[in-house]
Amino acid sequence: MTNRKFKPGNLIFTTLFALLSVFFLMPLVWMLSAASKTEKDVWTFPIQWIPKDWNLIANFKAVWMGDVAFGLFYMNSLKIALISTIATIVISAMAGYALGKLNFKGRSLIFTLMLAFMMIPEQATLVPRYIMIKELGLYDSHASLILMGMFSSYFTFLLRQFMIGIHNDMLEAAELDGAGFFRIFWSVVLPLSRPILATVGIIKFIWTWNDYQGPLIMLNSTKLYTIPLGMQFFKEEFGTQISVMMMASVAAILPLLILFLALQKQVIDGIAIGGVKG
Amino acid sequence: MSESAVTRKTAGAPTKIYWTRKRREQLAGWLFIAPEVIGMLVIAVFPLLFSLFLSLTEWNLVGGLSAIHFVGLDNFIELFRDNRFLLALKNNVLFTIGTVPVTMLLGVVLSALIHKKLYAKTFFKVAFFVPYICSTVAIAAVWQALYHPSKGPINQILMQIGLSEPPRWLVDTSFSLVAIMIIYVWQLLGYQIIIFLAGMTNIPEELYEAATIDGASGIGQFRRITLPLLGPTTFFLAITSTISSFKIFDMIKFLTDGGPNYSSTVIVYQIYEEGFERFKMGYASAMSWVLFLIIMLVTSITWMTQNRKVHY
Repeated sequence: MTNRKFKPGNLIFTTLFALLSVFFLMPLVWMLSAASKTEKDVWTFPIQWIPKDWNLIANFKAVWMGDVAFGLFYMNSLKIALISTIATIVISAMAGYALGKLNFKGRSLIFTLMLAFMMIPEQATLVPRYIMIKELGLYDSHASLILMGMFSSYFTFLLRQFMIGIHNDMLEAAELDGAGFFRIFWSVVLPLSRPILATVGIIKFIWTWNDYQGPLIMLNSTKLYTIPLGMQFFKEEFGTQISVMMMASVAAILPLLILFLALQKQVIDGIAIGGVKG
Repeated sequence: MSESAVTRKTAGAPTKIYWTRKRREQLAGWLFIAPEVIGMLVIAVFPLLFSLFLSLTEWNLVGGLSAIHFVGLDNFIELFRDNRFLLALKNNVLFTIGTVPVTMLLGVVLSALIHKKLYAKTFFKVAFFVPYICSTVAIAAVWQALYHPSKGPINQILMQIGLSEPPRWLVDTSFSLVAIMIIYVWQLLGYQIIIFLAGMTNIPEELYEAATIDGASGIGQFRRITLPLLGPTTFFLAITSTISSFKIFDMIKFLTDGGPNYSSTVIVYQIYEEGFERFKMGYASAMSWVLFLIIMLVTSITWMTQNRKVHY
């Protein structure tokens, strides 16, 4: 809005920033280039940004068709991230609706507690949660990760903030038509909250996909590994084959990168809302 | 008005209705909130209290629940004699001092420039934000290669510009923590920029227009308008960044396992090592509580200073 008029100074700044961001993204460009090279070309200096000998297919095969079941890790990550994301959306949307739109005794107390829950760091409760999972017989299962990832006071807070802004007239009109509270939630509040639900869904999906600590503690069998844990396994198996390792990194990042570039507005706005109001 | 809707609808029914609208709303409220509240009790509140109990015991997980021995404050006393833990604590503090001010300063300057001086703002937002959405483990793998002591591009460049003995980064006791701090700043900067930009968008444009008429320079406007009005944003970022710097774990576990010689160990890594490698559940829980108390302390100190210094 502020930069409608052409200003030469701004053009200079934009050019400088373009250079700065190229420099900033260099590690990721290096990753892409190393993933398509032969092992010996990875280390040549000055850096060969565009490979002389393309080795993309061989590296791809080493990641996807080698001894490490990368495809399986992919499916595991996808399964855990999808289920936890859907569960989080449902649970947090219900709670957000109750806290934002329903009057019940104890609501403000619960809301205060909710804000306090946000201050309990996950890392401080690792030990007891691990013991609980063991006692429940859920150790070394995907259920343990899903169960631990379903509840989020942060997302509940975001959804409440959004839902509180929905006009009461709409809810009252639905009520006059004979809708009960569940019906109002399902047919009025949820459809109106679509943008924030999308935002919460993408952010939660990205976080779960990238989670390393949870699987590291809750999983043991290789066949249950998720991608970040699989990367660690890769490092131990192929630590010296950097080109293969970089190909695996590309595979870990690429789906999220595509998702993010397609929906960057939702992700960035969501992070910004959480940051400014939270 | 909705009250009357219910009355109208049920006008023909017997006069005493138990499920009045108010009662139904009470019930609905509790039913809708129940899953989240139960979940929070099970995965946050109970574990926190359970860990407080465990911190007062000595328990090697292998012996089963019956092998728990109550030891009072022994674990806490031992913690402050444990050199590894003290080093972890020191490293965490250094990590915070070395990353939070740097990212915040870079973040505020870069976002002010993006906000005021650049075309194609969205492009730059996205470019700086990309590392934040990338899996920490995947980017750690990339940086590990970049940091390779003799063959890595970073040291190749440093040698090119005349540094004959560049740092050995991740395998060097005096550089391992710094090496991780650099990756961390790189990954977090985009997040800071997004939050600062959101804060700047909320500053009314008229203030800048008035200042321009008064002849204030760009830098003057930044100092007198942008910075003061970003108070709440800065405060939010100061708390959350400090807290997240105390939770650092993924990079450390993947890149150095706290080494070499514990030079990059941190509290969460120590919790992991004592709890999940040595199975000393009581001791690890005591560390968890120290972490929790530090985070509470940071939050409350920042709250108290905020009330005095930040003007909305």
